[in-house]
Amino acid sequence: MMNYHPFVIPFTVGALFLFGVVFYKFYAWIAALDRKQKFMVKQNIFSFKTIRAIGEIFREALVHRNIYRKNPVLGYMHMSLAFGWFLLIVVGKIKASLYAGTFFEPPWLGIFFNFFAVDGHAFSHSEMLTFTMDFLLLIILSGLALAIIKRVKSSLLGMRKTTKHSRFDRIALSSLWFIFPLRLMAESTTASLHGNGGFLTNSVGHLIPSTIAPYAELPLWWAYSISLFVFFVALPYSRYMHIPTEVVLIFLRNWGADTGEQLSGYTDIQLNSCSRCGICIDACQLNFAAGISNVQSVYFVRDARYKTLSDEVVNNCLMCGRCSNECPVGLELTLVRQQFRNKQEIPGKFYYEYTEPVESKAGVDVIYYAGCMTHLTPSIIISMKKIFEAAGVNYWFMDEDKGVCCGRPLRQQGFIQQSKNLVIKNSRIINSARAKLLVTSCPICYKSFREEYNLNLPVMHHTEYIEGLLADGRITLNASNVTVVYHDPCELGRGANIYEQPRNILRNFSLIESNYEKENSLCCGGSLSDAILDLRLQLKIRDHALGELTKDKPDVLVTACPLCKKSFVHGNKARVMDIAEIVAGNLKVIASKKRPVRKEELQLV
Amino acid sequence: MNKADVVVIGGGPAGIEAAYNLARDNHKVVLVEKEEEIFGHMQTAYTLFPNFQDASEIRSSLLQKTKHGNITLYNNAEVTQVSRENDFWRVQTINGLDFIAPAVLLASGFKTFDARYKEELGYGIYKGVITSVEFEEMLKVGKIQTANGEKPRRIAFLNCVGSRDEKVGNHYCSRVCCINAVKLSIEAKKQLPEVEAYCFYMDIRMSGQFYEELYRKSQEDFDVNYIRGRISEVAPTFDNRLQVKCEDTLSQTPLKMTVDLLVLMIGIEASEGTARIGEQVGVNGEYNFSKSISLHTADNKTKHRGFFLAGTCKRPLTVPETMADARAAALEIDLYLKSLSQ
Repeated sequence: MMNYHPFVIPFTVGALFLFGVVFYKFYAWIAALDRKQKFMVKQNIFSFKTIRAIGEIFREALVHRNIYRKNPVLGYMHMSLAFGWFLLIVVGKIKASLYAGTFFEPPWLGIFFNFFAVDGHAFSHSEMLTFTMDFLLLIILSGLALAIIKRVKSSLLGMRKTTKHSRFDRIALSSLWFIFPLRLMAESTTASLHGNGGFLTNSVGHLIPSTIAPYAELPLWWAYSISLFVFFVALPYSRYMHIPTEVVLIFLRNWGADTGEQLSGYTDIQLNSCSRCGICIDACQLNFAAGISNVQSVYFVRDARYKTLSDEVVNNCLMCGRCSNECPVGLELTLVRQQFRNKQEIPGKFYYEYTEPVESKAGVDVIYYAGCMTHLTPSIIISMKKIFEAAGVNYWFMDEDKGVCCGRPLRQQGFIQQSKNLVIKNSRIINSARAKLLVTSCPICYKSFREEYNLNLPVMHHTEYIEGLLADGRITLNASNVTVVYHDPCELGRGANIYEQPRNILRNFSLIESNYEKENSLCCGGSLSDAILDLRLQLKIRDHALGELTKDKPDVLVTACPLCKKSFVHGNKARVMDIAEIVAGNLKVIASKKRPVRKEELQLV
Repeated sequence: MNKADVVVIGGGPAGIEAAYNLARDNHKVVLVEKEEEIFGHMQTAYTLFPNFQDASEIRSSLLQKTKHGNITLYNNAEVTQVSRENDFWRVQTINGLDFIAPAVLLASGFKTFDARYKEELGYGIYKGVITSVEFEEMLKVGKIQTANGEKPRRIAFLNCVGSRDEKVGNHYCSRVCCINAVKLSIEAKKQLPEVEAYCFYMDIRMSGQFYEELYRKSQEDFDVNYIRGRISEVAPTFDNRLQVKCEDTLSQTPLKMTVDLLVLMIGIEASEGTARIGEQVGVNGEYNFSKSISLHTADNKTKHRGFFLAGTCKRPLTVPETMADARAAALEIDLYLKSLSQ
């Protein structure tokens, strides 16, 4: 038979196996999407979003633009392997089709082309295509060289830590390392015998002694095919499953699938989309500030995928979101971890049955909800009262005397049902007041109100609210040259995207920048989400963060979360204030009795 | 550089008692005190538990002891540097004093926990929240009053502020606060029989002689109430009193109480001097307290020959324990100096 040799069998069998397993998995995951996710797919599959997804697949799954932005060398490595291999397959296919004169040539022809195309049979663009194939192979080999360097010494590629791999990963990785060098050697040997290669394979072919070439040619092609077989068979069980899965993930994400509360097919898709690049390890404070390196998202995702999750890996996490922010695949790591924390059954008792009913107060514009943590930092409450009074706000301090927790700390520990009951209690109180705005001092409550509640009024964190008051001229500040550095609380910054409002307020002072601004902000170590972290390690995280933030010796370290404040105050390195305190401390007292015109409602963002 | 037989760092009860005992054994003692006044924390004490002995009697006894001919006392002499020079120790102070001696006794004591770190308790924010030290001063001048100068109707004492508290990093028990709260509540009732007194506690630890009896007496004779529960937060009321919240863990119910004064029983931490000198010399242990070589058999010795420890630089101690420890240290140093001259 023309264009056939038994060595193509391993490749063909491997490829068939791979396609079978991958498509079976895809089918199972898509069938296991939850109702909302399925609805979003149906809603958006025939829309512009699909085209947008294809663009993103090209950018991220092939070119790896995100990794390139974070680390150009690492980006090049991924691009050369992914995009290079992709093009090698595509160009190989085109070349094989042109050579065979049919689109339906045997699938292996493109893969082992140089072995079969030795008869000098001319076809269009053959020279250009041969050059392209060699060029692509060279690119892939350069990427491979970087991959090997990364494995041996990750620091050379700007990574402090790289992932420790499982057995399947090692098998797949080793076969992957062999594929392209073997292809080079096989093609070069054939080139030395038949003179059919391009600039690379031909040159390498010249180096192969003519005495060896006839004996080496077939074993090399066999080895190439077998290495492909091994890689294909190991792929669905290794981290390389991320290659096909990420494509599905990008489609679903563009169609608006939501990670949701409970495990679903979308969770599996996210778990399988992790390439275990290990960028999250470097991002994690538990690693670089506390020396824990076995619970990071990459290991969490791996263990979740192989169903070997331990409680420690699930629960030892600050849920600060630094890893999700850095993840080049864009996995919602914190939300997925949360899904694994969520308890399926309602354990034991509800802890808040004793809460006293709170009567809502009618006829106010603003409801102020300080939150449990703010009650532990009364200076913030005093400051907020001062600010409300200065602005002449008609407000009601909802949890002044007695209050109900917003529910988020319970939720983060997985007690979803209990948390929902608190949400119902608070919603009733808030909604029946028929106010115009809800202001809270705690980013945890803020996020909870925004995401878990169905309220009849908008919610603001006090940073947003104070910024609004300043912008509307309802309060003004004395000029101050106190130097301040701002710490973005996790829940307010990465959690709720409130970055500019606090900075706008702090422009009234001498604001200096730290190395950990905005999305890159550090956790204070006091996170309520990690209930098992040892205190000493928590303090290490705090001290590291505090050291970084106070490097330039600001007069005041300003934050906007009572929990962060409490953590940092105990660190005893700098004066720590909440943004409300520094504002209240610098309010310009308006001498005349005439206040600025009070608007009925603050202009909402 | 002045020579001495022993330099004693710290002019509190431990330092003075040890210096006096060494002086009696004919050693030339230099006693350095960082403050203008000697006595350390004894300075602010009103009466001492468990026998209500007047602290001023202790102070005059200590003062008398410093007058011994073999003791030279230096005030305002905060130690900046302690170093080893051949077989001697060199001690330098902030006011330029420079001593050399074969033996040094560290008696640099403790400091009280800074209650501002527990912001939820409102110290430094609400005027009615005071520390046990400040309350002792009120007792001393016989004026227990609120910030407005009124007589309090109800006083709450809160134990374990800065002790046994993982959140502030102090896991240990300060040992003296429970009994001190009993003492303060009785003294309060003696001065203001009408006042209601409540003690909030996690555990009542009455380990010393006569402590348990005193605890009982405070309830039977003085009507002091004890509530098992840690106050979680403090807020002002409309009439500027204080509302404290806690869980009464015996009845398992949340509790709110309005009080006029909240007295925080602040715990014991290693003083700054203890931490700093301990670090310089290399005898720092847990929580910056100084570490002896053997708790049971050589509690005044350190791993450095000629460098000794006495009193609360090692751990929280009561006054009698401190004085006894100081005398033991003096005995160790005496033996050491004699071994050198042989």
